[in-house]
Amino acid sequence: MDKRVVFRSAWLPWVLIAPQVLVITVFFFWPAAQALLLSVQQSDAFGTSVEWVGLDNFRNLWNDETYLASFYTTAIFSTLVAVLGIGLSLMLAVFADRIVKGALVYKTLLIWPYAVAPAVAGVLWLFMFTPSVGVVSYWLRTMGVDWNHLLDSRHAMTLVVMAAVWKQISYNFLFFLAGLQSIPKSLIEAAAIDGARAWRRFWTIVFPLLSPTTFFLLVINIVYAFFDTFGIIDAATQGGPGKETSILVYKVYYDGFKAMDLGGSAAQSVVLMVIVVVLTVVQFRFVEKKVNY
Amino acid sequence: MVERRPLLNAFSHLILVLGVVIVAFPLYLTFVASTHTASDIVQAPMPLLPGAYMIENYTAAWNGTGGGNGSKAPVGQMMTVSLVSALIIAIGKIAISLLSAFAIVYFRFPFRMFFFWAIFITLMLPVEVRILPTYQVVSDLGMLNSYAGLTVPLIASATATFLFRQFFLTVPEELVEAARMDGAGPMRFFKDVLVPLSTTSIAALFVIQFIYGWNQYLWPLLVTTNENMYPVVIGIKRMISGGDAQTEWSVVMATALLAMLPPALVVMLMQKWFVKGLVDTEK
Amino acid sequence: MTFKFAALAFAAALSATAAQAQTEIQWWHSMTAVNGEVVNDLAKNFNATQNKYKIVPIFKGSYDESFTAAVAAFRAGNAPHILQVFEVGTATMMASKGVTVPVGKVMKDAGEKFDPKTYVSAVAGYYTAPSGEMLSFPFNSSTTVFYFNKDAFKAAGIDTTKAPGTWPEVALAAAKLKASGHKCPLTIAWQGWTQLESFSAWHNVEFATKGNGMQGMDARMTVNSPLHVRHIENLANMAKQGLFVYKGRASVSEASFISGECAMTTTSTGFYGNVARNAKFAWGLAPLPYYPDVPGAPQNTVIGGASLWVMAGKKADEYKGIAQFFSYLSSPAIQAATHQRTGFLPITTAAFQLTEKSGFYEKNPGTDVGVNQMIRKTTNKSRGIRLGNYVQIRTIEDEELEQVWAGKKPAKEALDSIVLRGNELLERFEKANKR
Repeated sequence: MDKRVVFRSAWLPWVLIAPQVLVITVFFFWPAAQALLLSVQQSDAFGTSVEWVGLDNFRNLWNDETYLASFYTTAIFSTLVAVLGIGLSLMLAVFADRIVKGALVYKTLLIWPYAVAPAVAGVLWLFMFTPSVGVVSYWLRTMGVDWNHLLDSRHAMTLVVMAAVWKQISYNFLFFLAGLQSIPKSLIEAAAIDGARAWRRFWTIVFPLLSPTTFFLLVINIVYAFFDTFGIIDAATQGGPGKETSILVYKVYYDGFKAMDLGGSAAQSVVLMVIVVVLTVVQFRFVEKKVNY
Repeated sequence: MVERRPLLNAFSHLILVLGVVIVAFPLYLTFVASTHTASDIVQAPMPLLPGAYMIENYTAAWNGTGGGNGSKAPVGQMMTVSLVSALIIAIGKIAISLLSAFAIVYFRFPFRMFFFWAIFITLMLPVEVRILPTYQVVSDLGMLNSYAGLTVPLIASATATFLFRQFFLTVPEELVEAARMDGAGPMRFFKDVLVPLSTTSIAALFVIQFIYGWNQYLWPLLVTTNENMYPVVIGIKRMISGGDAQTEWSVVMATALLAMLPPALVVMLMQKWFVKGLVDTEK
Repeated sequence: MTFKFAALAFAAALSATAAQAQTEIQWWHSMTAVNGEVVNDLAKNFNATQNKYKIVPIFKGSYDESFTAAVAAFRAGNAPHILQVFEVGTATMMASKGVTVPVGKVMKDAGEKFDPKTYVSAVAGYYTAPSGEMLSFPFNSSTTVFYFNKDAFKAAGIDTTKAPGTWPEVALAAAKLKASGHKCPLTIAWQGWTQLESFSAWHNVEFATKGNGMQGMDARMTVNSPLHVRHIENLANMAKQGLFVYKGRASVSEASFISGECAMTTTSTGFYGNVARNAKFAWGLAPLPYYPDVPGAPQNTVIGGASLWVMAGKKADEYKGIAQFFSYLSSPAIQAATHQRTGFLPITTAAFQLTEKSGFYEKNPGTDVGVNQMIRKTTNKSRGIRLGNYVQIRTIEDEELEQVWAGKKPAKEALDSIVLRGNELLERFEKANKR
């Protein structure tokens, strides 16, 4: 979407954009290029023996059936995380926006969990969900559910989806709230005077006006689900049982980080990047058309 | 709100309470765990009501004693490092992103969309993947063991630019036209109109980026070899025994809660900003 | 005014140079909690014995975080002097050319007294080259033992004076526990390590060819031998009957032992302190169970933990300091003290004897079990494991075994799969590290 009214200047935009471009060139593109170069090399951890192997690393991926299976796992996981994450937080934000009493308390308590450091969150999750000894597992058992994410793959997927959504709810909630609060009250009041009820008002006025924020969160959540969730998988299930919760990025992280297979990890990163770039372009091309600016 | 709908209000409260219970439950667990002894916590299932050991645990956490954290740096110092890092990261990111988004939305220049996408792609390669070469760059620039090394590589992010771009696109055209008719240049427009309008977004981003900077673990671990430059999350992690040896869970949880206080403060303060920003810019 | 200033500056300059005379030696480690304190104390005490060298221990996160940090630092030219690396990283460290200096060489070059025979062969052998040269310095070593809940045994009518020593006995005890209503008679921790690796060494059978990889990078896994299949099948059957309950990878299952939910478990000696402090029931420690009909069993178990590697590219003087530090660490008194404080296995027989004489083992029953499993002469099949890409192979073991416990795969198929997938990784490692 382009603005019709713009400023004219030959040099000012370059100056404005320079700081960010400088930082990302030095601290992102340069290291990223080197990291991705590893995908066509076979090297030992310390880089003392490096060998060019062309597309061998990619070929290994293609021949690994567990890798292909993880595409499917990733698709399910990301869809669930994005949909649930956005849906639940939108609902909470809408309700938090409309009440006056206790607003500050609710909002603080809903945003604060975002401040839990990932290291601690992983530990807390174990306290809650370890089969039989975790608090929540204990309750589930008393209610008749035999919670065992160690051996039951559905439980495991539920666990990691819950953990990932939980982490993002605070984030999404915060931005939805900001978006809601920048909608002029005058518009809402005008619609109310015209006789529109709360439900109508939401779908005809609030939601469209919120669409830039929603689009932002949609893209960000999908990127999050694809790229930033390996910490959760690592803390909760380590990709298990078997490989049922091993999503693509977890393998990237695991191979590059724990197993020191830098070439394989880089090759996987390339594949992952291509997927997400395509997904994002699709979103910008097709979904953004529906966004009201 | 606009109408008085007591039923809807009650329902809203119900949903919110439920939401809080679910979302904030781990926080509650942290608090409860910080008030018991370590042995009580490992008995399954964990007790759900606070215990009597709050003072001991929090004193031990603050002084860096107990918890066998093997760290010479007490919590207070680590929190200072975290605070400075978080502030630099949050302010730095917001500043450069505001400028970039302004340039992309309000100007026409060659490769404009290319730069937008270039900035956007930085979201698509997790830090861990490129951490080895990034370390090399930082080391070559002599930035190890410094605040610069801790913060500048983390400022390279697209989230803020993307959010501001979204927001700027919703700003009515009339405001720009009015500014130009008044003879105001782009920077005047930026300073006097655009930034004040963006306070809700800025406040939201500040919270997120502050917490992001505050919770940094892996990057500081790599980039500093001076334990005095360790932020607070490293201090917490090193109290958690990775293997079979015992962990002093009560002190760990107390430290974790202490570590979460500054972000909580930021969250509460920023909410005041939300409202303030709104009142000032009522269109 | 200026004179005072000059005098102060002069004094400052003097003290600066005096401080600079101390050579700093960086030690990157991953010891958390109480073990972290031990590291700091060791460094502090060593520094106090002399003022030429200063050991600076720096916590660098978990084993893989620290390893990544070291790789990054090495590539950028500022590696530490001493790096603590987990046992599964041994092959990687060894295979990288010019990255490390063997400990044996460091000690010899510095003129420190160093006799490999004073070290416990089952502990130090893991980190020794086939030529007999010690490559890295064993620091925190643990081994696999068996814990059991005496109160639960009593309630099930099982004799608690003698722990179940063989797997048939364990199965019997489990059956009795189940009959008495116990929900989780047996569980395991670190399954790859306890049920495959240590299991193999304990029965003096090969885990992989070429002496478990010690003699060459062309080693391949043999973990689908009839004995291994038999053992995993037994466990699978126990799982089906509810006698064995899988409680998670790594050490996650330990929480269920501490809480009393599971009555028996096989895990590390490092768990001892945790149990001693937090278990609210009577408990016992015993050697790892074995199959009595296997000739040569019980042999010795395999260690886990980490060792200290010396990185290359440092100055000669710094290596002298490192050698002195290692001598300090190996001295019987220090070794004995560290062993007693942490539960790490003693690395020298002298330390073991010193501890025995002091009556420590009597006062702390069970602390000698792990040591006794190791103070034996090792064979080529039981000295240890040295396989490349081993972190990934351990995960493969976890993945396949989990499918057995969940009833999705029979034992033989899973073990065959481990061998297949593991060998592929070993091949790649061999190719990547061609000398």
